[in-house]
Amino acid sequence: MQRIINFILRNRNAFLYCFLALISLVITVRSHSYHQSKFFNSSKWLTGNVYGTASDVSSYFNLREENTRLVEENERLRRMLFNAENAVIEPLDSSLVNYEVLSARLVKNSFTSPRNYVTIDKGKKQGVRQDMGVITTKGILGIVENVSNNFATVQSILNTKSNINAKIKHSNYFGSLVWDAKDYTTAQLVDIPRLVPLVVGDTIVTGGMSSIFPENIPIGVIKKYDLNASKSFYNIDVELFNDMINIKNVYLIENKNREEIKALESTTTNE
Amino acid sequence: MNNAIFLNIIRFVLLVLTQVLIFNNLHFMGHINPMVYVIFFYWYPIKGNRALFMVISFLLGFIIDVFSDTLALHSLASLTVAYARPVVMRFCFGVNYEFQNFSFKNTTKVQRITFMALLILIHLLVFFSLEILSFYHFLLILKKVFTTGIVTLILCTLFSSLFSPKNE
Repeated sequence: MQRIINFILRNRNAFLYCFLALISLVITVRSHSYHQSKFFNSSKWLTGNVYGTASDVSSYFNLREENTRLVEENERLRRMLFNAENAVIEPLDSSLVNYEVLSARLVKNSFTSPRNYVTIDKGKKQGVRQDMGVITTKGILGIVENVSNNFATVQSILNTKSNINAKIKHSNYFGSLVWDAKDYTTAQLVDIPRLVPLVVGDTIVTGGMSSIFPENIPIGVIKKYDLNASKSFYNIDVELFNDMINIKNVYLIENKNREEIKALESTTTNE
Repeated sequence: MNNAIFLNIIRFVLLVLTQVLIFNNLHFMGHINPMVYVIFFYWYPIKGNRALFMVISFLLGFIIDVFSDTLALHSLASLTVAYARPVVMRFCFGVNYEFQNFSFKNTTKVQRITFMALLILIHLLVFFSLEILSFYHFLLILKKVFTTGIVTLILCTLFSSLFSPKNE
C-alpha cells in the first residue's frame, strides 16, 4: 500500500495530466457526437455580456453599410407589397399566422473552425427558443441551438454537424445541405438523384420538408457538381448568397406549427 | 512573491481578453487566427509548482474554449503544452535550466525562439488534430498548423520583446 501511494505521489504530474486530459477528451467527444455543451457556451451571462459590450463598440464602424443593406431589403419588400396582385389582407387572427419573425443582432461571428457557432443578442426573455431558424436579408444562416436569458447561440450552416433540407428552385427534388469544412463561401448539397437535370448557376433554396425553415428561402447557386462514389447521386458545390464574414442583423423564424408536426411525427414513428 | 502572483493574474485576464476579442476575429488571409495566448506558457515562472501550472493552463484553455464555443480543444492543447514544457526546456536550454540561477537572460535569442516555436507547434498540433478529428484531413491539419504557427510565432516574438519581464 505504502509503495502504491509513493508511486502515485512520485508520478503525480503524469496522473494529473491524464486526469485533466481525460476530462477534456470526454467533453470534446461528447460535443462531436451531440450538440454543443449545455452548460458552457458563449450564450452564458459572462461570455455573452463580454461579447455584447465588444459588439456595442464595434457595431458603430459599419453602421452605414448595414443601413444600406436594410434599406435595400425594405425596397424589395415594398416592391413586393405594391406589386402583389389582388393583395391578400394580412391575417389578423394570430391562429392563422404560420411563421413568427423576430430580429436580432450578432455579437459573435465565427467561420474558420469546422464547427462554427455564432452568438446573437436575443434570448429566452425575448422569445427565442431552441430550433428556431436564423436567416439574414440574403439567405439562411443556421439554427438556434442554446438559449440563455438574454443571448442565444446559433449553429451556423458552416458547421460539419449542420444538415438542412434544401431543394433546387422551381422543382421538388430535395437533398441535404452539409458543409465539408474547407471553404466558408461554399456548402455542399448531397443526395440529389442522378436523373435530375442540373445547370451551373441554378438557385438552391430551402425545402418544405423541415419544420424549421419556411419553403423557398434562398441559400446559394450551383457552382459545380459531380457524381459521388456510388455514381447514383450528385455532390453539388453551392456558392452561398450570404457573405458569412460580414453579418450583423439577422431574423429569427419560428414555425407556429412545429410542436404539432413534431408530436405527430413522434407518434407515427413510435407505432 | 505576491507581486509575481498578481502579475500572472493580470496576464491571464488580459491574454484571455486579447485572444477572444481581437485575435479570434482576425481571420488573416481568410482562416488564420493566431493563438497569442500561448505566450502565457513562455512567460510563466520556471520554478513554480508544476501541478499548479498544469491546472492554471487547463483553466486558461477552458475559459477561451467557453468564449469561442470550441469546448475542450484549447484546454487539452494548453494542458499538453504545460505538461511538455520541462521536456522542451531541457531540449532547448540543455541541463543547466535545472540550476537555481537559471534565467532567460543568460540564454541566446535562438534558444528562446526555438523554445517558443516548439511550444506553439505542440499547441497547434494538438488543437487542430482534435478540432478536425479525422486522418482524412491530414494535409489540412498540416496546412493550418504551419500557416497559423508562423503568424503566431511572429506575434509572440513581438509581444515578448515588447513586454519583456524584467525581474524574472
